[in-house]
Amino acid sequence: MSTATRPTTPATGSAPTPGAAPARRRPAAPSVPHRKLSLRTRLRRDAPLLVMTLPAVLLLVVFAYVPMLGNIMAFQQYSPYTGFFSSPFVGISNFARVFANPLFLNAVGNTLVITAFQLVFFFPVPILLALLLNSVLSPRLRVFVQSVVYLPHFFSWVLVVTIFQQIFGGAGLISQTLRNNGYSGFDLMTNPDTFLVLITMQSVWKDAGWGIIIFLAALGTVDPALHEAAASDGAGRWRRMWHITLPALRPVIILLLILRLGDSLTVGFEQLILQRGAVGAQVSEVIDTYVYYQGVVYGDWSFAAAAGLVKGLVSLALVLGANKLAHVFGESGVYKRS
Amino acid sequence: MSAPTPTLEVAPVTAKLAPARRLRRSKHRPTWEEDPSVVGLVGKGVVLVLLVLAIVFPLYTVLLTSFSTQAETLRTGGLVVVPGELTVEAYRQILTGGVVTRAAAVSIGITAVGTLLSTVVSVMAAYGLSRPSSLGHRPILFVFLITMFFGAGLIPTYLVVSGLGLINSYWALILPGAVSAFNILILRNFFMGIDAAITDAARVDGAGEWRILARIVLPMSGAVVAVVALFYGVSYFNAFFNAILYINDNDKWPLQLVLRSYVLQGVNLPGAGAQPDTGTSGAVAGLPIKMAVMVLAIIPILVVYPFVQRHFTKGVIFGAIKG
Repeated sequence: MSTATRPTTPATGSAPTPGAAPARRRPAAPSVPHRKLSLRTRLRRDAPLLVMTLPAVLLLVVFAYVPMLGNIMAFQQYSPYTGFFSSPFVGISNFARVFANPLFLNAVGNTLVITAFQLVFFFPVPILLALLLNSVLSPRLRVFVQSVVYLPHFFSWVLVVTIFQQIFGGAGLISQTLRNNGYSGFDLMTNPDTFLVLITMQSVWKDAGWGIIIFLAALGTVDPALHEAAASDGAGRWRRMWHITLPALRPVIILLLILRLGDSLTVGFEQLILQRGAVGAQVSEVIDTYVYYQGVVYGDWSFAAAAGLVKGLVSLALVLGANKLAHVFGESGVYKRS
Repeated sequence: MSAPTPTLEVAPVTAKLAPARRLRRSKHRPTWEEDPSVVGLVGKGVVLVLLVLAIVFPLYTVLLTSFSTQAETLRTGGLVVVPGELTVEAYRQILTGGVVTRAAAVSIGITAVGTLLSTVVSVMAAYGLSRPSSLGHRPILFVFLITMFFGAGLIPTYLVVSGLGLINSYWALILPGAVSAFNILILRNFFMGIDAAITDAARVDGAGEWRILARIVLPMSGAVVAVVALFYGVSYFNAFFNAILYINDNDKWPLQLVLRSYVLQGVNLPGAGAQPDTGTSGAVAGLPIKMAVMVLAIIPILVVYPFVQRHFTKGVIFGAIKG
């Protein structure tokens, strides 16, 4: 019954050395000739496994795949009263409206600006923090700092925005302290000019700590012998960082960078919708919030669905393209797996 | 195992030397590495302290404010940094007033039910997909993967949920996000790393797949399952957008919506006692109460966090890096 030698993933042994080409561990051809089982036998054997996956598949079908089909409404003059099936088809006129709409184009612009800004000012922070933390010698101190910086990742955006409001807002801590000492206060929360800085600060506060986890893991795989050899050859601290530590991080950095690029039409939805009222739509409207307001709030269902579909398709293309790019760079990418 | 009676002259010398050397060389620093410069050490220390403070200080002052009197917040004009008059009045008010307590109960209930459902369903799916030769696991895996790359879009999802009659139902907060392909992949990855010899042995002994999952695989996967359950739990507890979308009935609001309306947007809390508006700046009125609501929203995370935190590196990295 049991197949002779199932190729087991290497539980022991060294973690894949970063930099090395990702050796896809194809199961080595079984030494014992594989007896082809009939479909019936396999079905009977694997029925319990299929039953186990059933609930998850059902949930996904209902809440992910049915809505995908529902995107048909982007081509319809959808109205809640007539429904999917009897709403008239109108071709691509909804898309024409979307692309002619200056508010949508503004939302696209904001989305890209926010993504670009965060790429420059958010993305490197976890890397720097991981390098810093990796150089801390005492394990106890390191674990302590790690558990503190991971924490905000688990707070909700409402909480984070509220904390920022209490610290940086017009009635917030800093403003009050300034005012009590005779300076004029300020309100960072409602200033459209500094909105980019504000939301980037929030992202850093919330997620930069969490971001280091993956870099620390990559750093953990560096063989200390490399450092020792370099040191005995006279390489100083910084040279070793440049020639040993950073190359170890390279695959992870490239992977995450590419993923981020692929995801560039999605910027924090909850974070932005929470603060849209305070700074105005001019700077804070992104594609996601725009779709929400057009559809759910103003009831222009087909128009919003069309805008959402544009975003979904462009995102899909970006992810696939980014993954392709990852392969070009010799990284394992995201989805190419056994 | 001490050396037999050291001579009295030698002993004090080593005792003097040893601590002095240990101060300079950390026992964790390899011998070949150069000693750190004072500037470097101090700089590193300062950055680390600032880093920890940036996270701890806001939490500290929010907590302190929630325990302060209204008068204290009026005096400082906002958050309280130096402990003054302390009271639990704010907590008494929100815990007796209906809105916050109710919302907290809703949030915790949804988190409990949702986390249980999601974790069970995900573990089953992950195990079902983890046998390298099982029938049909490839297409099913593909079904999961697609959802990671193409979201259906907000509007059609909303219409499906409302078409199922879930508007204003707690299930609307649970079902649409109940399974995450990413978490299933983390679990599957871990399950596949379990030595097949163990499960095969159980199969030879006549154990079915269910029994193998429950008796062999699960007991070996505590860390990963805990981390995935935490991920689900946090997303249920923090979910606020789904609640905006699907819950119109104020009585059914989870905690995050209460937080947004009454704390962030400053709408007056109904029921949380007569607002002690003393005619001073309205933004400050009731600050301890607001901060108490925030603390209430933080506490569940702080309670669970320490138990799961030590598994992060083990659990997350395993699935995350390899996707």
